[in-house]
Amino acid sequence: MSPLMLPPALQDVEPVRSIRTPARLDYTFTAGRATSRFLRGIQSHKILGERCGTCGKVILPPRGSCPIDGVPTSEQVELPDRGIVTTFCVVNVKFSGSAMELPYVCATVLPDGGDMGLFGMIQEIPFDQVRMGMRVEAVWVDDDQLTHDLASIKWWRPTGEPDAAYETYREHV
Amino acid sequence: MAEAEILSAPMVVEYPFSRTVGPVQSAFLTGLREGLVLGVRTGDGRVLCPPVEYDPVTSEELGELVTLGVEGTVTTWSWEPSPRPNQPLDRPFAWALVRMDGADTGLLHALDAGSPDRVSTGMRVRIRWQDQREGAITDIACFEPA
Repeated sequence: MSPLMLPPALQDVEPVRSIRTPARLDYTFTAGRATSRFLRGIQSHKILGERCGTCGKVILPPRGSCPIDGVPTSEQVELPDRGIVTTFCVVNVKFSGSAMELPYVCATVLPDGGDMGLFGMIQEIPFDQVRMGMRVEAVWVDDDQLTHDLASIKWWRPTGEPDAAYETYREHV
Repeated sequence: MAEAEILSAPMVVEYPFSRTVGPVQSAFLTGLREGLVLGVRTGDGRVLCPPVEYDPVTSEELGELVTLGVEGTVTTWSWEPSPRPNQPLDRPFAWALVRMDGADTGLLHALDAGSPDRVSTGMRVRIRWQDQREGAITDIACFEPA
């Protein structure tokens, strides 16, 4: 190893140890027709999926086509705002811009009758008691705060009903 | 459904990265903060600027720092007619590779030349320093014709 010889002018100054290298991407997200319908549903306190005419599965959030069969979907299906936690993770790392207190739980929630899960947070239960198959219901913002944004669902909370058996949701994990 | 009813919204993806720089880049960036340009000498005697920590040919660790001039020669360039936010200058400029005096390789930076007719390969340029320097490549505000 060669010893690093600093020029005299740099020998008695505080060295730079790190640099900030922020990356920022500015997008405009265009939801498209199907997702716009879904987001307007959210604004009306409704969860709307779309049923595939080929496989019969209810796609959520709808993108206008079935990801399995590749065919257009248009049949609107209103789903209840309750369902089960299929999978989840406990977040222990703080990231910039988040006001959440650690630890907290992010989960995929499968509404009853739906075939795909929605991403959300689980609250009103200690983080270490969240489990797969747990029955939950949506906690919405106040009606005058509803908007076409999934943040209109603040979080999901346990209903207290018995857990779903693994076999009932295994294809969604 | 009419096109006008399709929703859209701004979406910003932002990563507030920071990283440590290692001993050689530390010296280079500390040098910029103090108004010095440093290169590093490789095993075959070339001087690289910006400097690197390991020899690109032999992979040996490098440590012989060389103080370079604050002027250099444009070796290649490309005109930027419409600068984006956060680029070094808010008016059209050239991206240039500048071989600093005493170095054998090019440093990429902005060249404030006003118009592409005033940029040419081989032209002489000098550093325009920032007033407030913090130990970053942006301590060089840009290059300007010498």
